[in-house]
Amino acid sequence: MEGQDLHTVVEQALAQVAAAPDRAALEHIRVQLLGKSGAVTAQLKSLGKLSAAERPAAGQRINEAKRTLTEAIERRRTQLQQTELDSELAAGRIDVTLPGRGQEPGGLHPVTKVRARIEALFRQVGFHVVEGPEVEDEFHNFEALNIPASHPARAMHDTFYFPDGRLLRTHTSPVQIRAMRATPPPLRIIAPGRVYRCDSDMTHTPMFHQVEGLVIDENISLANLKAMLHGFMEQFFERSLRMRLRASYFPFTEPSAEVDIECVFCNGAGCRVCKHSGWIEVLGCGMVHSHVLQAVGIDAERWTGYAFGVGIERLAMLRYGVNDLRLFFENDLRFLRQFRTG
Amino acid sequence: MKVPYSWLSDWIDLPWPARELGERLTLAGFELESLDDEANDPVLNLAVTPNRGDAMSVLGVAREIGALAGQSVTLPTAEPVLASRDDIFPVRLVASAGCASFVGRVIKGIDVSAESPPWLRARLQQCGIRSINPVVDVTNYTMLELGTPMHGYDLGLLQSAIDVRLAALGETLRLLDGQDIELAGGELLIADAGGPIGLAGVMGGERTAVSERTIDVFFELAYFEPTVVGVCARRHGLITDAAQRFERGVDYRMQEYAMERATRLLLDIAGGEPGPVTTSTSVGQLPHMAAVRLRRRQLDRLTGADIPAARVQTILQSLGMAVQATEEGWSVTPPSHRFDIGIEADLIEEVARIFGYDAITEQDARIAQTVEPVPETRLEAVRALQILADRGYQEAISYSFVDPKWQQLLFADGAQLQLSNPIASDMSAMRVSLWPGLLTAVGDNLRRQQKRVRLAEFGSKFLLSAEAGLREVATIAGAAVGEFMPQQWGEGARGIDFFDMKADVQALLEATGCADEFSFRAEVLDCLHPGRSARILRGEQPVGWLGELHPQKAKALDLTYPVLLFELETEAAFAGIPPVFTEISKYPSIRRDIAVVVDEAVALATVSSAVQTSAGGLLRELVVFDVYRGAGVDSGRKSIALGLILQETSRTLTDSDADRIVGAVLEKLRREFNASIRDQ
Repeated sequence: MEGQDLHTVVEQALAQVAAAPDRAALEHIRVQLLGKSGAVTAQLKSLGKLSAAERPAAGQRINEAKRTLTEAIERRRTQLQQTELDSELAAGRIDVTLPGRGQEPGGLHPVTKVRARIEALFRQVGFHVVEGPEVEDEFHNFEALNIPASHPARAMHDTFYFPDGRLLRTHTSPVQIRAMRATPPPLRIIAPGRVYRCDSDMTHTPMFHQVEGLVIDENISLANLKAMLHGFMEQFFERSLRMRLRASYFPFTEPSAEVDIECVFCNGAGCRVCKHSGWIEVLGCGMVHSHVLQAVGIDAERWTGYAFGVGIERLAMLRYGVNDLRLFFENDLRFLRQFRTG
Repeated sequence: MKVPYSWLSDWIDLPWPARELGERLTLAGFELESLDDEANDPVLNLAVTPNRGDAMSVLGVAREIGALAGQSVTLPTAEPVLASRDDIFPVRLVASAGCASFVGRVIKGIDVSAESPPWLRARLQQCGIRSINPVVDVTNYTMLELGTPMHGYDLGLLQSAIDVRLAALGETLRLLDGQDIELAGGELLIADAGGPIGLAGVMGGERTAVSERTIDVFFELAYFEPTVVGVCARRHGLITDAAQRFERGVDYRMQEYAMERATRLLLDIAGGEPGPVTTSTSVGQLPHMAAVRLRRRQLDRLTGADIPAARVQTILQSLGMAVQATEEGWSVTPPSHRFDIGIEADLIEEVARIFGYDAITEQDARIAQTVEPVPETRLEAVRALQILADRGYQEAISYSFVDPKWQQLLFADGAQLQLSNPIASDMSAMRVSLWPGLLTAVGDNLRRQQKRVRLAEFGSKFLLSAEAGLREVATIAGAAVGEFMPQQWGEGARGIDFFDMKADVQALLEATGCADEFSFRAEVLDCLHPGRSARILRGEQPVGWLGELHPQKAKALDLTYPVLLFELETEAAFAGIPPVFTEISKYPSIRRDIAVVVDEAVALATVSSAVQTSAGGLLRELVVFDVYRGAGVDSGRKSIALGLILQETSRTLTDSDADRIVGAVLEKLRREFNASIRDQ
């Protein structure tokens, strides 16, 4: 009779547990069944009324029922917890496609990026970065570089002058002179900076940037210059490319050369940028003229060297595909922002 | 310079078609700039470097081709044109230093109306020169072919004799092109009894020019000294074809040969009867082509290539040089048309470029492996720019010269360094600050519909003072307008203010590792808002400014207000130290917040320094977390909320330690600033 009761109690209780809508209701059910005055606890208490013979079997049944219910309640609790968490999480859903917040980073000017890149490449191979004044005198800008006043090459430099005869440097080559006067050879420097020419049109701005390089050592040759420049160009453009030297003229180098690289836009096949020649002129260079060495007191019999000068904007245009030099100095945010990467 | 392919073939068997010829000349130093009419009668447009005046002629280019092709160019013999009359015109070399040789010839009775033959006119045209009359055409043709500029005078208009002399100050001359010039004195002149009739080597005068009425002519073929012509041409801005050749050096042995060819040509076109060729020479003043030694060792050392001796000799000879073998190499004498061979390296270049720079194998130099310094005691400009970039600034680069009016508006007191020959009046003064350039850029961007502009620049400014003269001062600067943050969801919008930019400046100063050395002191600068500008000091040394552009200036510059600006002189501001480690305390810190009410005039800096001295060594950090004015605070006073973070490195602080310290701080603030304490 008692067994039948227990069975009904368990069946009804299991139904209640399964129907419990939340954890509070479940707890209420648990107390009603298994609490101090709960229905199952009452059953256990009633064991004392049974005979010693009946007691063990009844006790086992009641404990069995208790365990069944406890497990059912625990399962239900876990289930309810999961449901609650699920709905909490569902309520906490955000639109991950909304933009992030905060300050928007700016960036470096492409000229600075390229300059830093050039400096890094040359630093690796032992070059020092040196700088010099932008307002120069005729001695450092011209005379010490073997360009006397009457020299036709002065016409190659459209120079800005000041009333006292000083001038804005037309190249960073005067830094060579200062470096050679300050430091005895061997010498391995690059001199980046602003330079000025009295010229302004589609392809000229009155100010631009140059990196001058200079190596003075024993037995430095044109073959060394070629190797250094070719290595530099390939690493700068991160690709292998052909390079050629053309004979040219600069008063401060002898022999002198212009350097062309294979056009980086058409891989030398010929395009509008390289005027269908497949080549792009990138820099001027040569072996340091013995007059220049003499002017700074370096023994030209013992020391030889090379120098080169490259336009930073020129390299930036080739590297980034910029098609108008003037953009570099208009400080248009729509232009500058394009160089924030990297 | 334009050189017709067909004209070159008069002088040399051309081994390559025009395009390839141009390519080879390009590599040898004469860059092919364009190739006209390639299909029919190609004309090579070559860039000739200033050292190679000898190549500014068909003959000169032919010689180069000869060297490249391994054949030499020999001048065809010019059959002397015998004089059929005795007429000469006297020439005196008064200033023989400028004119060591003057070859002249009278030709009488020409038909100046005769037309030059089509082949001649075609060649002139290919070279970009218009046919004018037989005399002028012949002189031009001769110059183009042989590189010897020449001039034809109307003999009937010449008075008594030609003097080649120096100009006196104030003499005047009307040139062929009708332009009147006043002479500075010292220019080399061709003059007759009537005065100057030509600027020697530059341009002839109008008075004796050949015209349609000319019957008798006098031809001049002279050697003028390069520097004399160059200086004169540049002084008067007359960079003529003749001047360009003379100033680079004209073959001083070519004049008589050229005269014979020119005479023959003129007679063929316009008839006439030639007088004898007269040559006035000052032999001692002719150039002397000295022998230059070329050492095998030096050739190898400078080129890094191994060029066989026989090849060296052939190359030099094909360039017209006289070559003699010596023990150490060669002794080489350049020909009379090469003015650019003075030192050994000049010869090395000749050998190398004809041998071919391409044929020299690249070779890595062997260098000493010294470890170079990488200083950590200075904030590098690029790093500083990167810090600013990370905080929203875009690096700008503006011209070092600015509009002096703009600059004057901002810096009324400062002297400006003015260019003598600016490219435009608004680019004529060297900047005394980076602000004019940045403000221009800010304005430009606002006009380009950018609402929020933050720009930073690094570069030199140019300060002029009586004591120090000109100083180029490396400077970093910034300018900002618009919202503090880019427009975004979930954050309120507000405009940028002084303290936003101050944080940017402080980020730079922090990076030096010496932030404690810097302070901001209220100070007035004309172009800044008088209540919102600060001098940035390092110790007592001023290193920069921070502030809001003065509203009147902003208006004058047509900028939206406010514009925030800063500038730091990097030499002094960016000296730094490497980080120095300090022990991290194992014990917890205690934070106590206080709010003190002080007069408006009391600066936070004085309050915090009072807090620091009174709190003693246990104050780890002082945070200002509110500044409040309004209800509960008397007008004219402000409430400053401070967080004191206290910590000991050897033990845990107790509440009573904290109470004691806060008590001392409050006592000090009461005494020094008449501060009242607000309930927390």
